Amino acid sequence: MRRSSAAAWAVNGLLALMALGTLFPLFWMLSVSLMSPGAANTFPPPLLPLHPTMANYRMLFLRADLGRYLLNSLIVSGGITLGSLVCNVAAGYAFAKLRFQGRDRVFGLLLGALVIPSQVAMMPLFLLARELHIVDSYAGVILPSMASIFGIYLVRQYTRAVPDEMLEAARIDGAGEGIIFLRVVLPLLKPIVITLAVLTFLTAWNDFMWPLIVLTGNNHYTLPIALASLARMHNQHVEMLMAGAMVTVVPVLLLFLLLQRYYIQGLLLGSVKR
Amino acid sequence: MKSDQRIAGWIFVAPALAVISVFFLVPVILAAGLSLTDFDLYALGSLKNLQFVGLDNYVAVLRMGLFWRALGNTLYFVVAGVPLSVAAATGAALLVHSRLARWRGFFRLALFTPVVTNLVAVAVIWKYLFEKRYGIVNYVMALFGLHPIDWLGSPRLAMPTIILFATWKNFGYAMIIVLAGLQAIPEELYEAARLDGAGSWTQLRHITLPLLGPTLMTVGLLTMVGYFQLFAEPYVITEGGPLQSTLSVLYLMYNQGFDWWNLGLASAIAFVLFSLTLAATGVLVHAGRRRGWV
Repeated sequence: MRRSSAAAWAVNGLLALMALGTLFPLFWMLSVSLMSPGAANTFPPPLLPLHPTMANYRMLFLRADLGRYLLNSLIVSGGITLGSLVCNVAAGYAFAKLRFQGRDRVFGLLLGALVIPSQVAMMPLFLLARELHIVDSYAGVILPSMASIFGIYLVRQYTRAVPDEMLEAARIDGAGEGIIFLRVVLPLLKPIVITLAVLTFLTAWNDFMWPLIVLTGNNHYTLPIALASLARMHNQHVEMLMAGAMVTVVPVLLLFLLLQRYYIQGLLLGSVKR
Repeated sequence: MKSDQRIAGWIFVAPALAVISVFFLVPVILAAGLSLTDFDLYALGSLKNLQFVGLDNYVAVLRMGLFWRALGNTLYFVVAGVPLSVAAATGAALLVHSRLARWRGFFRLALFTPVVTNLVAVAVIWKYLFEKRYGIVNYVMALFGLHPIDWLGSPRLAMPTIILFATWKNFGYAMIIVLAGLQAIPEELYEAARLDGAGSWTQLRHITLPLLGPTLMTVGLLTMVGYFQLFAEPYVITEGGPLQSTLSVLYLMYNQGFDWWNLGLASAIAFVLFSLTLAATGVLVHAGRRRGWV
C-alpha cells in the first residue's frame, strides 16, 4: 500500500500544481486591480495589495466610461441570446419533429456549411451592414448572431428524444402546431433552452473579431473591445487594466459557475458528433 | 393534418434560415465574388471604381512575402499548439479521472475555468505576467538564478509565449471531452487486465489510450480548426510583432480588409486560409481513418 500512497501524492500534487497554474493569473488580476496606481510596477512584484483600494474601478467607471461598455455588453449579449432562443429553438424543433418538404436537404446543407469559418463572410458582411446602416450600432452586432447552425443542431439533437406519440396525441385532440410547440414541447425542452442560453450568452459576451470590425466608434464598444483599446492606450496602467479585466471576466464567470451543469452538457452535446 | 405540419415546419425554420442566409450564406457566396475583384478604398466610395480582376488577388497573395510570413507563423502556432493542448488536456483528464484523485469536482472546475474567461482580459493579464522587468514569470526565474527574459519583445520567443497562453486558455475545453471519453471505457476491461497482472502503466498504454483514439481525434480536429483562426491573441498581446513574428493569416486578412480596405484581397486571403484548414482537416481525418479513429 506504500506505493499507492506515493502515487496518490503524485496525482494530487500534479493536480494542485495545474490548478495553481490556471487560477493564479486570475487571482493576480483580482489582487492587482485592488492596488493603488503604480504599486504593481515594482520589484519584486507584490502579490497582495498593501493598501487595498477601489480607486481603479472608480476611475474606470467615472472617467473611462466603463459603465457604458458594461451596459453595451449586456444589451448586445442579451439581444443575441433572446434572438437565438427564438430562432434556434423553433428551427431545431422543426428539423427534429415536423415533416415538411425539403427538410432533410436543408438541414444537410446547414451542417455542410458548419465547416466554413465565419471570417470568410466578414468582408461582404461589412458592406451589407453599411447598406443597412447598422455599422457602429447594436443591431450590427446582434443581427448576424441571432441564429446559429450550431444552436439549431444542439436543439435538434435534444428534441429528437421527445416521443412522437405525445405530439400525435395532441394533434388528435385538435391542437394546432403552434399550440403543440408552446404547450407540449417547450416545457420538455427547458434544459436545452437553458443550455443554449448560457452558451450563446457567453459566446456573445466574449466575441471579439466581428464587434471589433463593425463597431467603428467607441459609443457602442462592448467590454472586450473597450478593454483591448484601453490596453493599447494605457499600457503602463496595469492596476487600472486589471480592474477592467475583472469587470470583463467576472459577470460571465459567475454565470458559468451558477449554470455550469448546463454549460458542460452543451459543450459535450456539441462536440461528440459535430 | 399533414399539410398543417408542412406549412408549420417552414414557418418554424423561417426566422433562423432568414438570419443565416442573409448574414452568413449569402455573404460567403459574395465573398467568393469579391475575391475576384479589386475592391478597395475607391470602390468603397463608389462602386463605379470596381473591376473584375480574375484570380489576380490570389496570385498577389501568393506573391506577398508577408503572407508567407503569416502562414509560417500560423502553421507554427498550429503544429506546436495543437499537440501541446491535446497533451495537456489528456494529462489533466487522466489525473482528474484517476481513482487516486481527491476533490475531483474542484479540480475539474479549476482546470476548466480559463475556457470561460474573456480572451482579451486574460491576454492582458498574461502580457504583464510575462513582462520583462516587473513580470512574475521573470521574478520566479530569478529565484532559481535565471536571467530575465524579454518574452514578448523577442521575435524568437513571442510566438512560443502565445502558444503557451493559448494552451492555458483552451486545454480545459478538450479536457472535458476527453473526460467524457474516459468515462465511456468499460470498467470490466481494467478488471480483466488487472487479473492478468497488468500494472497501471500497461493498462494506460494498452487499454486507455487506444480506446481514447476517436476522442483524441475529435479533440485534435476541433482544436486545429480553431487554431488556424489565430487572431485575438496576437492582436491584444503583441499586435503581430515584434518584427511580424506573431502576425497570423487572419490578422493579415484583418489588416488588409479593415485597416487598408482592400476587401477583395482580404477575401482572397480568407479563402486561402479556409482551403488550407480544409486540407489539413482532410489529412488528419485520412490518418485517423487508417487507425479506425474516425
